[in-house]
Amino acid sequence: MSPFLEALARHAFLQHALAAGVLASIACGIVGSYVVVKRIGYLAGGVAHTALGGMGIAYFLGKSPLGGALVAALLAAAVIGWVSLRFRQHEDTIIGALWAVGMAIGILFISRTPGYNVDLMSYLFGNILMVPREDLLLMGGLDGVIIALVWLFRKQFLAVCFDEEFARLRGVPVEVFYLGLLLMVALTVVILIQVVGLILVLALLTLPAAIAGQYVRSLAAMMFMATLLGVLFTGAGLALSYEPDMPAGATIILLAGVAYLLSALGRGVWLRLLRHRRKAVSQAKP
Amino acid sequence: MKPIIELMDVSFAYDIGPPALEHVSLAVEEGEFLGLVGPNGGGKSTLLKLVLGLLKSGSGEVRVAGRSPQAARSMIGYVPQYARFARDFPISVEETVLLGRLGTTRLLGGYGVADREMARRMMAETEVLDLLQRPLGTLSGGQLQRVLVARALACDPHILILDEPTANIDLRAETEIFDLFKALNQRMTIVVVSHDIAFISRYVTRVACLNRTLLCHQPVPVGSEVIQRLYGMPVQRIPHGMTCEMGEKP
Repeated sequence: MSPFLEALARHAFLQHALAAGVLASIACGIVGSYVVVKRIGYLAGGVAHTALGGMGIAYFLGKSPLGGALVAALLAAAVIGWVSLRFRQHEDTIIGALWAVGMAIGILFISRTPGYNVDLMSYLFGNILMVPREDLLLMGGLDGVIIALVWLFRKQFLAVCFDEEFARLRGVPVEVFYLGLLLMVALTVVILIQVVGLILVLALLTLPAAIAGQYVRSLAAMMFMATLLGVLFTGAGLALSYEPDMPAGATIILLAGVAYLLSALGRGVWLRLLRHRRKAVSQAKP
Repeated sequence: MKPIIELMDVSFAYDIGPPALEHVSLAVEEGEFLGLVGPNGGGKSTLLKLVLGLLKSGSGEVRVAGRSPQAARSMIGYVPQYARFARDFPISVEETVLLGRLGTTRLLGGYGVADREMARRMMAETEVLDLLQRPLGTLSGGQLQRVLVARALACDPHILILDEPTANIDLRAETEIFDLFKALNQRMTIVVVSHDIAFISRYVTRVACLNRTLLCHQPVPVGSEVIQRLYGMPVQRIPHGMTCEMGEKP
């Protein structure tokens, strides 16, 4: 671990990587909590993977791939949200189709781009060690947008996630906030692309929040704990992968996955023990 | 005086399936405590959804306080039949009740002092104030139902609409919660859907039987002999295909 710390002090790219991890964790913690409690992981996956289409087109045109991803992700969120509201019956089929078509478009455009296509892998699996300063600023800005939206409309977002019908009866424009939620997912996806890549976005979006959800009693606490877990996973993943030169994105996700598994198992055992003890106590009583 | 809820020759059909409601006309006066009974699939929930403005009637007209249901939503407190949310949702009792303030409270940011006061008052009235900080998932069925009633009351409604509010709780809790409704009826109109006509007739001022069409509405007291004539036996669950042969018309 200490060679990592030494390198961290010396190299700006590692400091950037760590900062990217923290910025990504903030978005993940907040938006991921909504995704988990609202159970829209599949929709979030659709938004993430469709974004590759925009990245490919931007790459082909010589524009910023991250900018392309931002446009495509927002567009995908709007379309997927509309599909989900309008055709709930066929939601999974349509989103599955969009998911695949978006990726296919991206791969076609990237293959048509002259030059060596080394970037494709880094879009798909992230490249946290190569985060430029401008991207950090973009990530920070998007974090700011998400925090502001959630701070201002936290009542409405909670109502829509908790009980759509009741929210509608209280005059909350449910469709607007549902779409807003998906647009925030799109922003988060763009923030995460640099860190873990398109393919692994979904894991970092849901795993920290899912772990937090096992312990907390409020959505705000869930967001806070999920953010801390995200920082822990990205930081530790970075450190672990640095010396053996493993892919950082994959290491981060594996850490998160193992932590989720251990947490779920541990909690299951703990609850069972508790039930046994309670039973024993009640039987001991005359 | 104009009725507070008025359905005029209302029919409704879902996209698929037979009509759910046909030519229903019903007027609920202010201050009434109306029990809506009928078999499963008889259109009770559909009727409530029309009154709440969640569905639009195919033909006929629904008015609430002389306005369209959507326009009158802020006057109505609603307690759904099923808890429509995941039981493990990370939310406390107080936060749940505060959601009832949406539409009344400010648009941006958190809740105001007045919102919290109102929520506490309603929790006190429904006797869940001591559960304030409890996660919703740890409540018993009866406690949860009271919290949902508090949430419905938090907007200070003129009308309280409840869809099978006691479907999942035991008889003692059911009696307690209907005593609460009786007290609430002093200041608001109540419409309650139930399967159990014998039970609710101790509380409601009028019973309406619905099986796609409005079969009857009968002021209470509905004596047990009337119920027996209505259904052929003392009923807890109403059999399908019931007919509502009235011995004595109102």
